[in-house]
Parts: sequence; structure tokens; C-alpha cells
Amino acid sequence: MTDAIVIGSGPGGSTAAEVLTRAGWSVVIMEKGRNHLLDPSDLTKPASDYSNDEIKFMVRHFLGPDPLIEPRAFRRSADEGEHTHVGEVNSIPTTVGGGGTHADGKVPRFREEDFRLLSTYGPQEDAHVADWPLTYDELEPFYTEVEKAIGVSGRAGANPFAAWRSGPYPMPPGAPMYGAVLSAAAAERVGLHPYEAPTAANSIAYDGRPACNNCGFCAFYGCPIHAKGDPVALLTKTMATGRAELMAETYVSRIRIEGRRATGVDYIGPDGVERSMDAGVVIVAGGAIETPRLLLQSGLEHPALGRHLMVHFQTIMVGHFKDLRLHPHKGRSVTHVHDDAMIQDDRARAAAAEANLPWIRGGLVEHAGGGFPIGEARYLPWGRAHAPAMRDAQMSEHMWVFIMQGEDLPYPTNAVDLSPSIRDARGFPVARITYKPGRHELAASKHHGGILQSVLEEMGADWTIHTSSPGVPEFGDRASGIPESRHVIGTARMGDDPATSVVDRWSRVHTLDNLVLADSSVFVTSTGYGPTLTLVALAARAAHHLAGTAPG
Amino acid sequence: MPVWLTEREYLVLRAACAQMMPSDQGAPGAEEAGVADYIDTLLGAFTFDPPRIWAGGPTSGRKGGEAGFINFNPLSTLDELAWRMRIEGSLGLPEREFNGPVVGLQEKYRQGLASLGADFAEVDGAEQERRLRADEGFCDLLYGHCCEGMYGAPEYGGNRDGIGWAYIGRDGDVQPRGYSDEDVSGP
Repeated sequence: MTDAIVIGSGPGGSTAAEVLTRAGWSVVIMEKGRNHLLDPSDLTKPASDYSNDEIKFMVRHFLGPDPLIEPRAFRRSADEGEHTHVGEVNSIPTTVGGGGTHADGKVPRFREEDFRLLSTYGPQEDAHVADWPLTYDELEPFYTEVEKAIGVSGRAGANPFAAWRSGPYPMPPGAPMYGAVLSAAAAERVGLHPYEAPTAANSIAYDGRPACNNCGFCAFYGCPIHAKGDPVALLTKTMATGRAELMAETYVSRIRIEGRRATGVDYIGPDGVERSMDAGVVIVAGGAIETPRLLLQSGLEHPALGRHLMVHFQTIMVGHFKDLRLHPHKGRSVTHVHDDAMIQDDRARAAAAEANLPWIRGGLVEHAGGGFPIGEARYLPWGRAHAPAMRDAQMSEHMWVFIMQGEDLPYPTNAVDLSPSIRDARGFPVARITYKPGRHELAASKHHGGILQSVLEEMGADWTIHTSSPGVPEFGDRASGIPESRHVIGTARMGDDPATSVVDRWSRVHTLDNLVLADSSVFVTSTGYGPTLTLVALAARAAHHLAGTAPG
Repeated sequence: MPVWLTEREYLVLRAACAQMMPSDQGAPGAEEAGVADYIDTLLGAFTFDPPRIWAGGPTSGRKGGEAGFINFNPLSTLDELAWRMRIEGSLGLPEREFNGPVVGLQEKYRQGLASLGADFAEVDGAEQERRLRADEGFCDLLYGHCCEGMYGAPEYGGNRDGIGWAYIGRDGDVQPRGYSDEDVSGP
């Protein structure tokens, strides 16, 4: 019998598998998506399937999931009936490597106060604000371990608000993008504190993988040269131990549960045949949408399971610069960020008071540009105006954008459950997402959007637009409110009290001795930071706890 | 010879694409880029082996490296199910209708091109535009595909010789060359 089955091969599952195999465990990794990440003839090496191809990655679902095969259902609230949309909803890749394959690899750590939001800031109406059952200090050694494992470039001390760290980043920052050089300077002039984004893309050759060559196909694309280390570095190391088996195109339909134990899983392999496999430990790492889906499908019940879904309500502030050519297609998508929107100051306190809220927090602000040609073309008219508009490249060359990953509060009404009627191609109920931002998110977006607008004006913008992702009727947008941030957080929160949390401080389901979650579903709050590095650190911590080993 | 469309449909499609992306004042249009061939190749993707869904990697050969894009990725059983549903539609097959019937691209194009009229290629531009605008759903579908065929990788059948990228000053795929740090950080 294998020591552990890991369900999902993304950053969380890969990290758990790497730590456990390093400790001598045998591990089977089951991944429902295809393997385009590892060389099929030698799984200890990366594959060559990724490419600079907008059709493949942005149009044709190469990294999955295909919304025809595994759709999701969506509604903004239960008042809207069963659902208002079926198709893509915040679809993180379903593929070997999971969400790590398409992310541009910004991997900030959380700050100390992010783990004790309730005791630092106090409660919010309608939201279940809570402290985490662990502190930053407890997680720091695991942050350090995983930063080395995936290879993170950055500059310690560059962010004045950052939490303490026990050592430098493994690599220096990569080349700053031209637009970010300008926007970072403008941000500093208005009193903000931009810094080089901690990025899991190699700035120098590292761990057998080459330095990033700035191709620009970073966010939403698999890296053709594997300069992005998360999770290819973890998976290749795992496979090199000889103690792991990777089963791609393998769909776990149910976790088998007897009493206080998960005994194994039922799964459907690429041949379509359903089989079972026993294991000593079952680790679920499907992400905050697929993990609760599988747990619910397996008959697990808990009042908090599927609740408190958070996606980072994104504030998008666009500036137009007629005299600049910003060429954001050269470089690694985002090279600069700032944390100021998460720091309380008099203006934030006044904005909170005005909105009749105890406090507001924004999120990490990314300095970005954007626009691949097909994506830009779709916004433009057809006919004689088309070609000149494309040549002007108003979007891809003349716009600069701030994207704030706004902190979503944990509302019990934002949730994942099983669709009553929509099925995947294998016949199982798909995830239904119920999500809308609350008063806190809208107020934070409005306030911090105004500050970001002032930065773009300082940078010389001719005009600016404030929008959000998802677009919401509260901001006068006719969009349907379907989230697409790819940050999925919460739904199986961690805590010491089994009545109010699904997993304990070691990410183990309270009611089962050997079922562990290794993804961002266990997060108590969403903070305003991308979840990847923290979920990876938590997965490493949970796996070390299982194996009785220490990080290093 | 078109891959999937009839000769008449192909002529109508070419004219419709040329109306959406005309050759004008030095700008290459859909005709020069082979946009209609991109769409016809998508509709007939399953007449190729492997099907022309996902070009290969990691390089095209245009900026060095090997010409890997032309080696299209083989599809898994589920990939094939998805793309046959999308292109052919569910056709009443139970294994394709687990969430109800799906209208495929082939049917949408067959109907959309028919509604433009068999004489579409021969009528004047104003009349072509009027007929296109009369069918908003098909017009949106067609325009999206025109964008892909004009600015996507040439291996999919459009953007012939990278003509769409060249006009807008974009390099397309750039591996393994990439960009220098000076390209990234300078004006």
C-alpha cells in the first residue's frame, strides 16, 4: 500500500509530494488533467509542450479545464435561483502542475498581521473575520524552504512593510519593465513604496533551469524554457526520488471514508475504468473550488465546508499615455508591486468611516501593462477602422494598469457547493460558485482606486478608467459578476475549534485522522496577496508534520 | 481547396472576412493573411492527424530553435470529446449531451454563411456590411475568429508569413531568443 495519495499536482500537491518522498515515503500523485509539464519519456525532466502561442493558451484551453468537459455553475447570490451562468468560472488550470503552470509567479509572503486579522482590526458585519491558528513566525521557516525549492527572485528590504525574513531571496530581481520603472517612480513621488515583485522566475540560472529571457508570454502561459520553477522544480525532484508515481488524466471521484480514517480513493483513469486504491494518508490539493467539491462528493459534512470562498475582488485602474510606448509584452508580466493599500493610514480610516465600516484593507497592487494581439483586436471595431487601430496599439503600447488584489472578507454566503443539475463529462456534479463582493470590498476598491488614479496622473496619464474584476452592477457595470482572478481561497478553513473550522492547525480534517488538505482552501482569510507561496508553505508544513521532519 | 467548407461557402467566408479586415492603405487584410483558411482549418481540424487544435512547442523556428509548432499535440480521449462537441456539435449523441444539446461551429458557420447569401461575394461592400450586421451572433463569432486568424500563430492556417504581426510591429513568438534586459527596461 502506498504511504500517501496526493490528489492534484499543482503547487500545493507537488510540495507535499516532494517533502514526503524526500522523507522516504511512497507517494502516488493523481492529477485529472494532462501532462504537458514533464517529459513523458523521463518524468525527472521538463517537457517541451509550452510555447509562445496565444491561440493555444488564451483561446483553446490548452491547460484546461475545458468548459465543455468540466464546466462550473455560477450565481451572485442564492436569490438568483439555481445559477445564472454555466461555463468558465475562475478556472485555474487543470493540468500537471496546476495553477503554477500559468501564473506569472509573483510569490509574496504574507505579513505578520495577516495571520491575526480579528485581533488586529476587529470584526466586520456579515463576515467571519478570524485569526489563523498559527503565526507568521511559525510559518517563516517553511516560507524560506519553499522559496529555495521553487527559486524566488527578489530583494530583501525593498518593501518597507514586509514581514521579517531569516535570509535573503535565493536570486536577485530580474530586469524591471520600462512601464514599471515609470509607474514605480510616480508612485514614490506620491508617497507610496513600490518594490521589485518577489517572483518565482529565474533571474539567473538556478537549480538546473535557465534564466528567464523576457519573452513576455508569462501570465497565463506555460514557460517554454521552464524559467518559472513552481511547481516543475518540485515535481522533477519528487520523481527523481524514485518513490513517486504520477498518474495524469486520473480523476478521483470519491475519497473512501471509514470511521475516522480515509482508506483510499475511487478514481477513473485515462481508459475510463473506475478503480480503487488504498493509502495510508490521503492529501487533497485540488484548490479552493475542486477540493470542497470532492469532499462534498465524498459525503463529508461540516457547516463551514464550502463556505467563505474568497477570490480577491480586483480593482483595475487603467491609464492612457499617448506619447509613451510602454511595450509591456517584453518582460515577465509584472516586475513591480506595492503594499501601501494594505497599510492603515488616516485616509483609509476616513474612507472606512465614510462607508460605515470599522476598517478597510485593499491588497497588493501590481504595476502591469497588457494586451496580446488577439485579445486587443477583439476590443477593436471591424471594418476600415480595424487595421489603423491595431497599428496604433492603444491598449498594448499606450496603457498602463494597476491591478489591486483586494482582500475579500470571508463571508459565509460566498460559497462552493455541488450543482444540482450540471454534470461533468464523467457524470459527476460540477462545482457551483456563489460569489459577490461585500460592502468592504466595494469601499476598499473605491478608496484605493482613487489613490491609484492619482499615481497614473502623476505618471502623465491623458485619462484613466476605474473598473473591477469581476465587473459588478454596484459599479454600474453590466457584466455578470463572474470572477476570473484565478485566486481561489477559503472553503475549508483552518482553526482550533472543530465546530467552526474544517481542518486543524496541521491542515488535517478535524474529524479524520489521515485526511490532509494542501491548498488555499485552508486559508482563514484571503489577505491581499496572491495565495501561492503561503499555500505552498502550509503544504510543506503539513507534510513535514506527517513525516516528522523539519524544514531545511 | 477548402478543408471543410464547400467552394461556395469558402468564397462567401473569404468575402466576409475581407469586409471585417479589409486590405486598405498599405494594411494587409484578411485576404492576404489567409484568415478564411484559419477558420476552414478549425472547422476541419479533425481531418488532420493529429487534429489541428494545439500547435506544438517549444519554438516555431522563426526566432531560432526548431520548427516545433508544426507538430500538433495529440489529443486525449476527453480532449477529442471536447473539441468534437465544440466543432461538430453534440449531434444527438448521448455522450456529448450530458448537459443538453451543443450546437457546433460547423453548424453555426453553415447557417451563418447561408444567411449571408450565396451571392455575398458579388454584392457591393455596403450591402455586405449590412448583411453582416443583420446577424449579430454570427458576426461576433466570425470577428473573434478573424482576430485569431489575423494575429495567431501561422501554423493554425492564418496570419500567413506573420503578415498580421509585421503590420502592427509585433514579433509574435520570440523563443528561444526572447528580449534582452535593455529591451525590457528601456524606452
